[in-house]
Amino acid sequence: MMSYVAHDETELIPPLEVEEEELYHPKTFIGKYIWCQDAKVIAIQYTITAMGVGLLALVLSGIMRLQLGFPNSFSFITPGAYLQFVTMHGMIMVVYLLTAIFLGGFGNYLIPLMVGARDMVFPYANMLSYWIYLAAVLLLVASLFVPGGSTGAGWTLYPPQAIVEGTPGAGLGIILMLLSLMLFIIGFTMGGLNYVVTVLQARTRGMTLMRLPLTIWGILMATILALLAFPALFVSAVMMLLDATLGTSFFMPAISVAGEMLDYQGGSPVLFQHLFWFFGHPEVYIVALPAFGIVSDLIAVNARKNIFGYRMMVWAILIIGGLSFVVWAHHMYVSGMNPYFGFFFATTTLIIAIPTALKVYNWVLTLWRGNIRFTVPMLFAIGFLVTFVNGGLTGLFLGNVPVDVPLSDTMFVVAHFHMVMAVAPIMVVFGGLYHWYPKVTGRMLDPTLGKIHFWVTFIGSYSIYFPMHYLGILGVPRRYYSIENISFIPESAHTLNVQITIAALIVGVVQLVFVYNLIRSYFKGEPAGPNPWEATTLEWQTADTPPRHGNFGPELPIVYRWAYDYSVPGAVLDYIPQNQPPDSLPARETDDNPQAPPS
Amino acid sequence: MADTMVGSNLSAVRPGLATVVEDWSSDQRAFKNVTWGKAMMWIFLVSDTFIFGSFLIAYMTVRMSTTVPWPNPSEVFALTLFGKELPLILIAIMTFVLISSSGTMALAVNYGYRKKRITTFLLLMMTALLGATFVGMQAFEWTKLIVEEGVRPWGNPMGAAQFGATFFMITGFHGTHVSIGVIFLVIVAIKVIRGDLDSEKPGFMTGRKGRYEIVETMGLYWHFVDLVWVFIFAFFYLW
Repeated sequence: MMSYVAHDETELIPPLEVEEEELYHPKTFIGKYIWCQDAKVIAIQYTITAMGVGLLALVLSGIMRLQLGFPNSFSFITPGAYLQFVTMHGMIMVVYLLTAIFLGGFGNYLIPLMVGARDMVFPYANMLSYWIYLAAVLLLVASLFVPGGSTGAGWTLYPPQAIVEGTPGAGLGIILMLLSLMLFIIGFTMGGLNYVVTVLQARTRGMTLMRLPLTIWGILMATILALLAFPALFVSAVMMLLDATLGTSFFMPAISVAGEMLDYQGGSPVLFQHLFWFFGHPEVYIVALPAFGIVSDLIAVNARKNIFGYRMMVWAILIIGGLSFVVWAHHMYVSGMNPYFGFFFATTTLIIAIPTALKVYNWVLTLWRGNIRFTVPMLFAIGFLVTFVNGGLTGLFLGNVPVDVPLSDTMFVVAHFHMVMAVAPIMVVFGGLYHWYPKVTGRMLDPTLGKIHFWVTFIGSYSIYFPMHYLGILGVPRRYYSIENISFIPESAHTLNVQITIAALIVGVVQLVFVYNLIRSYFKGEPAGPNPWEATTLEWQTADTPPRHGNFGPELPIVYRWAYDYSVPGAVLDYIPQNQPPDSLPARETDDNPQAPPS
Repeated sequence: MADTMVGSNLSAVRPGLATVVEDWSSDQRAFKNVTWGKAMMWIFLVSDTFIFGSFLIAYMTVRMSTTVPWPNPSEVFALTLFGKELPLILIAIMTFVLISSSGTMALAVNYGYRKKRITTFLLLMMTALLGATFVGMQAFEWTKLIVEEGVRPWGNPMGAAQFGATFFMITGFHGTHVSIGVIFLVIVAIKVIRGDLDSEKPGFMTGRKGRYEIVETMGLYWHFVDLVWVFIFAFFYLW
């Protein structure tokens, strides 16, 4: 006698509340694959574009490292060009790669499939979202080729230096950068509204919010953060654009450049910093929360255990999202704020550590005594845990005002944020790609190449960023073209820089293995079948792999349980799909005559 | 009775926090009886609130931190009518026009749900006309400021340079919102008069069935734009 234990019993199949919307079915090739309204195709378009521009940013970081490791060996890396590479690398990685791939890529693919919807609620706006994003990317890339080159103001684009003569790309470069950001935000808003409304209003029968996979919770909360945080960036971009083109003085104080007074007066550079970081700090969580969500699912699937403390995980995501709006000025301890502000923002910053640590404990407790399968996605998930804890701990240093002040603008900061919001989320991006690639293409990625990719990336990232903490404590400044002939920097710092550069180049090159794996497996990969990881969530229960337009067959699935029924005692298999009814309920009969809504 | 009940299933609505919790714990939809379009518009408006909020906070910051005196709004925005200098008269008329357009919009929503095609069309067009009048008067105000008083985004003869910068940027952004609203009001009005919403004709690009709820969704946007104007009015003209 076997018995299925549902996480929460559902005796009744809830009645269908709204009739299904008719999907827009394109007939031409262009309508199906180019101007496509299917969220899955849009997701692939987003992912490929983001990875392409991300590769560009990876190359830029390699060039930066060449200069730092082997100063003055490469004539094309001038001080100005170096700053431009730093800026473009940062901006691309944070906004155009990570934000776009998590929300536009994973969000578009997984939200309709995981909540049991045919598509996003507004497929047309969703399509526009991608094309506007592409335009933003093209504008960004175009700024590399305009006279004066792209902006070299650092990814934070602080005025006055971003728009005054003497900064690389102070003319067209910064203008294109700002226009590109504004386009990105407009495009994102179109997609973001779709993601939120689809999760809140277009779930299938039986899919309550507390049965959503954590992936969806992470993406939902990140999208809400983005919808509320990007406006501040949009506004500051508009104002800086006016400062740069019309000569207004929003952010520009009276300032003299090269001995000459400029026409500006009375603006407030600190205002920009407040607006920027009101966007910039939630942006960290826009990148981190989807990673939290996806990694929870990767760990649960591969540990064959339910996620530990599901409700706590959900509330932690919500609390982190809320808190992320009241910590922004911890990026500005050295900007000249009232010390009481520093006290407030340090306190809120440290409070965020509580829900975050809670999540880490829950991930570790999910692993504890699990039946762990060391698949490639699982390796990346564990890699995320390690790098994230590491980066999180240095966050405690930098959140405290007295510790932050001497460490500000040193390599310590670079090491911290790369650990916590570059390496950690990108580990999850890789893990997610290895995990869902079989659903997207119907073929597995090669696990041997995957393991090479993981170990070189993981160990390589550590040998890049771990020594940087040491450099930072020595006082090696960030964004410096050269640290030669600075008396307090010892010889060991230069030796370390060489080692870091070599590690960085190796990590850069090994990403080509991943790209090769993606392309090769598309044609020659092992056929995956519908559910290669034996996972419970709805995207693995589709009629076709890859899923067709409309995602599910003629009938939408009905959800009877949460997303984490792994290794349920007494069950036949060690996983029970979300749409498998409890014993007492016959599978499909009730579908034909859904109960009339109560009048 | 039938007339007042159209558009919402009132029998399903119970008061109290318990029902909110119930709705959010349920499947399919968190906001019961709220269509996708309406939910999307509400969430968009929350996002847009942050845009205007950031603009206004930036305006307050620069106004407080600038060391040069701020021009006196009652003098700058005064208009000479019939030989008398009247402070804020133009802006009073503009505000009256825009608030009136909210009234006609609300009526249009109501008549839309009653499927009174012609009345809805006329009310929508009247709303669009009032909105266009507002934008026209704003153009007149801008012209007067630029040509007669010499206000420019980068400076003005009366005081702080940020006066022109913030004024043109924020009213310009609001005016753009009103203009976009007018365009969409006309589009919705055309859909109404053609009978697209009665016959549930699919949209040209989206393939979605036309329904009278789009009049309400349009109304949400329009009322929001009016509400934003109230704040701009208070912060720019009365401060």
